[in-house]
Amino acid sequence: MAQQPLELILLRQLASYLAVPIWVADAEGNLIYYNEPAEGVLGRRFDEAGEISLAEVGGLFEICDQDGNPMPPNELPLAVALFEGRPTHGKVKMRGFGKPWMRVDVTAFPVEGQGGRVLGAAVLFWEIAAS
Amino acid sequence: MNVKLWGTRGSVPSAGHDFVRYGGNTSCVEVQAQEGWVTVLDAGSGVRALGETVGPEITRVDLLLSHLHMDHIQGLGFFAPLFTPDLDVHIWGPASTTLDMRERLARYLSPPLFPVLLRDLPCKLTLHNTPLGNFEVGSLSVEADLICHPGPTLGYRITEGGRTLAYMPDHEPALGFRSFQPEKEWTSGFKLAEGADVLIHDAQYTNDEYEGKIGWGHSALSHTLILAKAAAVGRLVTFHHDPAHTDAQLDQFHADAELECGEIDVPLIPGQEGLTLKV
Ligand SMILES: [Zn+2]
Ligand SMILES: [Zn+2]
Repeated sequence: MAQQPLELILLRQLASYLAVPIWVADAEGNLIYYNEPAEGVLGRRFDEAGEISLAEVGGLFEICDQDGNPMPPNELPLAVALFEGRPTHGKVKMRGFGKPWMRVDVTAFPVEGQGGRVLGAAVLFWEIAAS
Repeated sequence: MNVKLWGTRGSVPSAGHDFVRYGGNTSCVEVQAQEGWVTVLDAGSGVRALGETVGPEITRVDLLLSHLHMDHIQGLGFFAPLFTPDLDVHIWGPASTTLDMRERLARYLSPPLFPVLLRDLPCKLTLHNTPLGNFEVGSLSVEADLICHPGPTLGYRITEGGRTLAYMPDHEPALGFRSFQPEKEWTSGFKLAEGADVLIHDAQYTNDEYEGKIGWGHSALSHTLILAKAAAVGRLVTFHHDPAHTDAQLDQFHADAELECGEIDVPLIPGQEGLTLKV
């Protein structure tokens, strides 16, 4: 495994100290880090499961808009931050398989580093209430 | 490739008889390779004396700056090659996200901090935003990467004829670790250091001092040893000594570290001003 860019290393270090659930994705959309509070969203601990590939992420939970309509993959906050290169914020419903639906505020932002390097994205979650 | 240390002190020069052997000048390292060409890492106060050795046989000078903190550029205004008419001088350093090297450097090389403007220097000056990745400087293959230190800061990995020098004068790879156990994927500077024949690295603090200076961008000597071991470097040269640490204290820190070095298994070379070594 090659060394990650400094910006992602620093983001991981910061995320590991925060109480807000955060995912850190690389430029391909693989979850290269998620902090302990994100376990509630993913059902996995980074220390045990490690990196989660983009292909695998979609299989870990269901996500839909507030009215319960499925969201197209390119409208998911991570995809918007990563592939459109802009921050995004929205309310969604999501659940891990076998778990209750959660209403969640999601903020995603692109990680563009020094020299315009597109390095990945970060996604923050805030559970509004179980429903 | 040969290397000479012209300044090994961190932060601000130290003067007086307590600082004679390790030296009081701030960061400056000369890399001697291709004939007629001088390559310099950082322009701390040590660069002034280096500049005096640049004779008429030299046709090109390349100065690679790790970053623009004062202790790495304060010798620049007193570096003779900049005042040598028509000498080809190239300065490389990190741009920021909004300013290029020329704008950033001009903040120092302009009044009121310095009486001469960059554009009035008589040498043939070219400024480069150091590219992240690989580039050539004469016979040297250089790789630059961002490393953990406040503000845009580069480490350099320089290779010639299969031998490699890594240079990270200001670096805090242990930032954010609860206990520093470098992993290749998640440690700043690992890629630059990995397998280098010689690593010149920040060793500013003792463990106790580091506890009070987390986030200041520097390493405890123990962190430097741990990184050197994890990255399997050939030899470690300590650098950027704290301006308050006397020769006697530095001897003691290195002697204590050498006890650990038995396990660490990386030859430890105290970075002293004037030291030369073959990479
Ligand atoms: Zn410094
Ligand atoms: Zn610095």
